[in-house]
Amino acid sequence: MEITSRALWTLVHGMGFGALYLLACSGALVELYRFSTSSQASDDGPGKERFLRIYLFTMVVLAWASVLTGTYVIYPWYRAAPPAGATELSGFPQRLLMASPATSGWHSLGMEWKEHVAWFAPISITLVAFVFARYGRELKRHRQLRTAVLSFAMVSFVSAGIAGFWGAMINKYAPVQGGSTIQLSHGEER
Amino acid sequence: MKVQKSAASSESEKLTNGSGAAAILAAGIGCFALSVLAVAGDKSSVIKNSLVFYRPTGPLSGVTTTAILVWLLVWGSLEWRWRSRSVAAGGIHAVALSLLALGLLLTFPPVVDLF
Repeated sequence: MEITSRALWTLVHGMGFGALYLLACSGALVELYRFSTSSQASDDGPGKERFLRIYLFTMVVLAWASVLTGTYVIYPWYRAAPPAGATELSGFPQRLLMASPATSGWHSLGMEWKEHVAWFAPISITLVAFVFARYGRELKRHRQLRTAVLSFAMVSFVSAGIAGFWGAMINKYAPVQGGSTIQLSHGEER
Repeated sequence: MKVQKSAASSESEKLTNGSGAAAILAAGIGCFALSVLAVAGDKSSVIKNSLVFYRPTGPLSGVTTTAILVWLLVWGSLEWRWRSRSVAAGGIHAVALSLLALGLLLTFPPVVDLF
Protein backbone atom coordinates (compact mmCIF):
# COMPACT_ATOMS: atom_id res chain seq x y z
CA MET A 1 0.00 0.00 0.00
CA GLU A 2 1.46 3.32 -1.05
CA ILE A 3 0.47 6.95 -1.42
CA THR A 4 2.05 9.84 -3.28
CA SER A 5 3.23 12.89 -1.36
CA ARG A 6 0.67 15.09 -3.17
CA ALA A 7 -2.16 12.72 -2.31
CA LEU A 8 -0.98 12.72 1.30
CA TRP A 9 -1.04 16.53 1.43
CA THR A 10 -4.53 16.51 -0.08
CA LEU A 11 -5.58 14.06 2.61
CA VAL A 12 -4.09 16.22 5.37
CA HIS A 13 -5.80 19.32 3.93
CA GLY A 14 -9.23 17.81 3.33
CA MET A 15 -9.67 14.93 5.75
CA GLY A 16 -7.36 16.27 8.43
CA PHE A 17 -7.94 20.00 8.76
CA GLY A 18 -11.12 20.47 6.69
CA ALA A 19 -13.23 17.53 7.82
CA LEU A 20 -12.18 17.97 11.44
CA TYR A 21 -13.20 21.63 11.21
CA LEU A 22 -16.61 20.71 9.81
CA LEU A 23 -17.12 18.16 12.56
CA ALA A 24 -16.20 20.76 15.16
CA CYS A 25 -18.61 23.33 13.69
CA SER A 26 -21.82 21.62 14.74
CA GLY A 27 -20.53 21.30 18.30
CA ALA A 28 -19.47 24.94 18.38
CA LEU A 29 -22.82 26.18 17.10
CA VAL A 30 -24.76 24.22 19.71
CA GLU A 31 -22.42 25.16 22.54
CA LEU A 32 -22.31 28.85 21.57
CA TYR A 33 -26.08 29.02 21.40
CA ARG A 34 -26.53 27.17 24.65
CA PHE A 35 -23.81 29.07 26.46
CA SER A 36 -24.94 32.51 25.38
CA THR A 37 -28.66 31.97 25.95
CA SER A 38 -28.79 29.66 28.98
CA SER A 39 -30.20 31.41 32.03
CA GLN A 40 -28.71 28.86 34.42
CA ALA A 41 -25.45 30.40 35.59
CA SER A 42 -24.46 27.21 37.42
CA ASP A 43 -24.24 25.33 34.10
CA ASP A 44 -21.68 27.72 32.69
CA GLY A 45 -18.86 27.78 35.20
CA PRO A 46 -15.37 29.07 34.39
CA GLY A 47 -14.33 25.54 33.44
CA LYS A 48 -16.91 25.29 30.67
CA GLU A 49 -16.12 28.79 29.45
CA ARG A 50 -12.42 27.93 29.31
CA PHE A 51 -13.18 24.69 27.48
CA LEU A 52 -15.22 26.51 24.83
CA ARG A 53 -12.46 29.09 24.43
CA ILE A 54 -9.89 26.35 23.76
CA TYR A 55 -12.37 24.56 21.46
CA LEU A 56 -12.91 27.72 19.39
CA PHE A 57 -9.19 28.50 19.31
CA THR A 58 -8.53 24.97 17.98
CA MET A 59 -11.15 25.60 15.29
CA VAL A 60 -9.38 28.82 14.32
CA VAL A 61 -6.11 26.90 13.89
CA LEU A 62 -7.84 24.16 11.85
CA ALA A 63 -9.60 26.66 9.58
CA TRP A 64 -6.44 28.63 8.83
CA ALA A 65 -4.39 25.45 8.37
CA SER A 66 -6.99 24.17 5.92
CA VAL A 67 -7.14 27.29 3.69
CA LEU A 68 -3.38 27.88 3.79
CA THR A 69 -2.47 24.31 2.82
CA GLY A 70 -5.22 24.37 0.20
CA THR A 71 -4.13 27.64 -1.36
CA TYR A 72 -0.35 27.40 -1.12
CA VAL A 73 0.39 23.66 -1.21
CA ILE A 74 -2.33 21.86 -3.19
CA TYR A 75 -3.79 24.55 -5.46
CA PRO A 76 -0.47 25.10 -7.33
CA TRP A 77 -0.44 21.37 -8.20
CA TYR A 78 -4.08 21.57 -9.25
CA ARG A 79 -3.62 24.53 -11.60
CA ALA A 80 -0.19 23.57 -12.98
CA ALA A 81 0.07 24.02 -16.75
CA PRO A 82 1.11 21.01 -18.84
CA PRO A 83 3.90 21.30 -21.41
CA ALA A 84 2.76 22.37 -24.89
CA GLY A 85 1.24 19.51 -26.84
CA ALA A 86 0.81 17.22 -23.85
CA THR A 87 -2.09 14.80 -24.20
CA GLU A 88 -1.65 12.96 -20.90
CA LEU A 89 -3.32 15.34 -18.42
CA SER A 90 -3.68 13.16 -15.33
CA GLY A 91 -0.98 15.19 -13.57
CA PHE A 92 -2.76 18.47 -14.35
CA PRO A 93 -6.21 18.28 -12.70
CA GLN A 94 -7.55 21.68 -13.81
CA ARG A 95 -6.65 21.05 -17.46
CA LEU A 96 -8.02 17.52 -17.24
CA LEU A 97 -11.39 18.82 -16.02
CA MET A 98 -11.48 21.62 -18.59
CA ALA A 99 -10.68 19.22 -21.43
CA SER A 100 -14.19 17.77 -21.47
CA PRO A 101 -17.59 19.51 -21.36
CA ALA A 102 -18.75 16.67 -19.11
CA THR A 103 -16.28 17.66 -16.40
CA SER A 104 -15.49 21.34 -16.99
CA GLY A 105 -18.21 22.45 -14.54
CA TRP A 106 -16.26 20.88 -11.69
CA HIS A 107 -13.67 23.57 -12.29
CA SER A 108 -15.67 26.52 -13.63
CA LEU A 109 -18.33 26.27 -10.94
CA GLY A 110 -16.83 24.08 -8.20
CA MET A 111 -13.24 25.20 -7.90
CA GLU A 112 -13.98 28.84 -8.83
CA TRP A 113 -16.49 28.97 -5.97
CA LYS A 114 -14.53 26.89 -3.48
CA GLU A 115 -11.23 28.76 -3.79
CA HIS A 116 -12.85 32.01 -2.63
CA VAL A 117 -15.71 31.01 -0.35
CA ALA A 118 -13.42 28.79 1.73
CA TRP A 119 -11.69 31.89 3.09
CA PHE A 120 -14.90 33.05 4.76
CA ALA A 121 -14.54 30.19 7.23
CA PRO A 122 -11.29 31.25 8.97
CA ILE A 123 -12.21 34.94 8.94
CA SER A 124 -15.61 34.23 10.51
CA ILE A 125 -14.42 31.73 13.09
CA THR A 126 -11.56 34.02 14.13
CA LEU A 127 -14.14 36.72 14.84
CA VAL A 128 -16.31 34.25 16.76
CA ALA A 129 -13.37 33.04 18.88
CA PHE A 130 -12.22 36.60 19.56
CA VAL A 131 -15.65 37.84 20.64
CA PHE A 132 -16.21 34.79 22.82
CA ALA A 133 -12.78 35.14 24.44
CA ARG A 134 -13.48 38.81 25.10
CA TYR A 135 -17.06 38.58 26.33
CA GLY A 136 -17.56 35.01 27.54
CA ARG A 137 -20.74 34.73 29.58
CA GLU A 138 -21.28 38.48 29.09
CA LEU A 139 -22.65 37.59 25.64
CA LYS A 140 -25.92 36.85 27.40
CA ARG A 141 -26.28 40.56 28.06
CA HIS A 142 -25.50 41.60 24.47
CA ARG A 143 -28.32 40.14 22.39
CA GLN A 144 -27.33 41.80 19.10
CA LEU A 145 -23.70 40.81 19.51
CA ARG A 146 -24.78 37.24 20.22
CA THR A 147 -26.98 37.09 17.11
CA ALA A 148 -24.18 38.42 14.92
CA VAL A 149 -21.65 35.96 16.39
CA LEU A 150 -23.99 33.01 15.81
CA SER A 151 -24.65 34.21 12.23
CA PHE A 152 -20.93 34.37 11.48
CA ALA A 153 -20.43 30.94 13.06
CA MET A 154 -23.18 29.58 10.79
CA VAL A 155 -21.62 31.22 7.71
CA SER A 156 -18.27 29.74 8.67
CA PHE A 157 -19.89 26.29 8.78
CA VAL A 158 -21.72 26.76 5.47
CA SER A 159 -18.69 28.12 3.62
CA ALA A 160 -16.48 25.29 4.94
CA GLY A 161 -19.20 22.84 3.89
CA ILE A 162 -19.34 24.27 0.34
CA ALA A 163 -15.55 24.15 0.07
CA GLY A 164 -15.41 20.63 1.49
CA PHE A 165 -18.11 19.29 -0.83
CA TRP A 166 -16.52 20.70 -3.99
CA GLY A 167 -13.04 19.69 -2.87
CA ALA A 168 -14.11 16.09 -2.36
CA MET A 169 -15.97 15.94 -5.70
CA ILE A 170 -13.16 17.58 -7.68
CA ASN A 171 -10.62 15.23 -6.17
CA LYS A 172 -12.85 12.33 -7.21
CA TYR A 173 -12.93 13.37 -10.88
CA ALA A 174 -9.40 14.78 -11.15
CA PRO A 175 -7.26 13.80 -8.18
CA VAL A 176 -4.08 15.67 -7.40
CA GLN A 177 -1.37 13.13 -8.15
CA GLY A 178 2.37 12.94 -8.32
CA GLY A 179 5.36 13.65 -6.16
CA SER A 180 7.36 11.07 -4.33
CA THR A 181 5.78 7.74 -3.41
CA ILE A 182 5.45 6.83 0.24
CA GLN A 183 5.29 3.14 1.00
CA LEU A 184 2.77 2.57 3.80
CA SER A 185 2.87 -1.21 3.98
CA HIS A 186 3.93 -4.22 1.93
CA GLY A 187 1.06 -6.35 0.65
CA GLU A 188 1.26 -10.11 0.32
CA GLU A 189 2.25 -11.40 -3.08
CA ARG A 190 -0.35 -13.53 -4.87
CA MET B 1 -13.35 35.15 47.35
CA LYS B 2 -16.47 37.29 47.54
CA VAL B 3 -14.38 40.42 46.93
CA GLN B 4 -12.84 38.78 43.86
CA LYS B 5 -16.23 37.85 42.50
CA SER B 6 -17.67 41.31 42.94
CA ALA B 7 -14.58 42.90 41.37
CA ALA B 8 -14.92 40.59 38.38
CA SER B 9 -18.60 41.33 38.13
CA SER B 10 -18.17 45.11 38.24
CA GLU B 11 -15.44 44.82 35.58
CA SER B 12 -17.73 42.81 33.31
CA GLU B 13 -20.50 45.34 33.76
CA LYS B 14 -18.15 47.91 32.21
CA LEU B 15 -17.62 45.71 29.16
CA THR B 16 -19.00 47.74 26.27
CA ASN B 17 -20.14 46.36 22.94
CA GLY B 18 -17.61 48.42 20.93
CA SER B 19 -14.92 45.76 20.72
CA GLY B 20 -17.35 43.08 19.55
CA ALA B 21 -18.96 45.42 17.02
CA ALA B 22 -15.51 46.33 15.66
CA ALA B 23 -14.63 42.66 15.13
CA ILE B 24 -17.98 41.95 13.48
CA LEU B 25 -17.90 44.91 11.10
CA ALA B 26 -14.29 44.22 10.18
CA ALA B 27 -15.09 40.57 9.36
CA GLY B 28 -17.99 41.68 7.16
CA ILE B 29 -15.77 44.16 5.35
CA GLY B 30 -12.98 41.57 5.00
CA CYS B 31 -15.29 38.97 3.44
CA PHE B 32 -16.83 41.55 1.11
CA ALA B 33 -13.38 42.83 0.09
CA LEU B 34 -12.31 39.29 -0.76
CA SER B 35 -15.27 38.74 -3.07
CA VAL B 36 -14.95 42.17 -4.72
CA LEU B 37 -11.25 41.53 -5.40
CA ALA B 38 -12.10 38.09 -6.81
CA VAL B 39 -14.69 39.63 -9.18
CA ALA B 40 -12.32 42.44 -10.16
CA GLY B 41 -9.56 39.92 -10.91
CA ASP B 42 -11.97 37.87 -12.96
CA LYS B 43 -13.11 40.83 -15.06
CA SER B 44 -9.88 42.75 -15.62
CA SER B 45 -6.65 41.18 -16.82
CA VAL B 46 -4.67 44.16 -15.47
CA ILE B 47 -6.06 43.63 -11.95
CA LYS B 48 -5.67 39.88 -12.35
CA ASN B 49 -1.97 40.22 -13.15
CA SER B 50 -1.42 42.69 -10.33
CA LEU B 51 -2.91 40.19 -7.89
CA VAL B 52 -0.33 37.51 -8.63
CA PHE B 53 1.72 37.72 -5.42
CA TYR B 54 2.87 34.11 -5.59
CA ARG B 55 3.09 32.71 -9.10
CA PRO B 56 2.22 29.04 -8.42
CA THR B 57 -1.06 30.08 -6.76
CA GLY B 58 -1.81 32.86 -9.26
CA PRO B 59 -4.23 35.74 -8.57
CA LEU B 60 -5.80 33.87 -5.64
CA SER B 61 -2.68 34.72 -3.63
CA GLY B 62 -3.23 38.45 -4.13
CA VAL B 63 -6.99 38.31 -3.65
CA THR B 64 -6.70 36.56 -0.29
CA THR B 65 -3.61 38.38 0.99
CA THR B 66 -5.09 41.79 0.18
CA ALA B 67 -8.45 40.89 1.72
CA ILE B 68 -6.77 39.62 4.89
CA LEU B 69 -4.76 42.85 5.12
CA VAL B 70 -7.93 44.94 4.64
CA TRP B 71 -9.73 42.88 7.30
CA LEU B 72 -6.91 43.18 9.85
CA LEU B 73 -6.31 46.89 9.22
CA VAL B 74 -10.01 47.73 9.52
CA TRP B 75 -10.30 45.56 12.63
CA GLY B 76 -7.27 47.17 14.28
CA SER B 77 -8.49 50.65 13.47
CA LEU B 78 -12.07 50.05 14.67
CA GLU B 79 -10.87 48.24 17.78
CA TRP B 80 -8.68 51.22 18.63
CA ARG B 81 -11.61 53.63 18.21
CA TRP B 82 -14.44 51.61 19.73
CA ARG B 83 -12.72 49.45 22.35
CA SER B 84 -14.12 51.25 25.36
CA ARG B 85 -17.23 52.71 23.75
CA SER B 86 -20.83 51.60 23.44
CA VAL B 87 -21.91 51.81 19.82
CA ALA B 88 -25.21 51.46 17.95
CA ALA B 89 -24.72 47.72 17.55
CA GLY B 90 -27.96 47.01 15.66
CA GLY B 91 -27.05 49.12 12.63
CA ILE B 92 -23.42 48.04 12.62
CA HIS B 93 -24.30 44.35 12.77
CA ALA B 94 -26.90 44.80 10.01
CA VAL B 95 -24.25 46.39 7.78
CA ALA B 96 -21.74 43.63 8.64
CA LEU B 97 -24.21 40.82 7.92
CA SER B 98 -25.32 42.50 4.68
CA LEU B 99 -21.69 42.75 3.54
CA LEU B 100 -21.19 39.11 4.48
CA ALA B 101 -24.29 38.05 2.50
CA LEU B 102 -23.23 40.15 -0.50
CA GLY B 103 -19.75 38.69 -0.24
CA LEU B 104 -21.13 35.15 -0.25
CA LEU B 105 -23.26 35.97 -3.27
CA LEU B 106 -20.31 37.45 -5.16
CA THR B 107 -18.23 34.31 -4.71
CA PHE B 108 -20.84 32.26 -6.58
CA PRO B 109 -19.59 31.98 -10.20
CA PRO B 110 -23.00 32.32 -11.96
CA VAL B 111 -23.48 35.66 -10.14
CA VAL B 112 -19.98 36.80 -11.14
CA ASP B 113 -20.84 35.97 -14.76
CA LEU B 114 -23.67 38.50 -14.65
CA PHE B 115 -21.18 41.39 -14.55
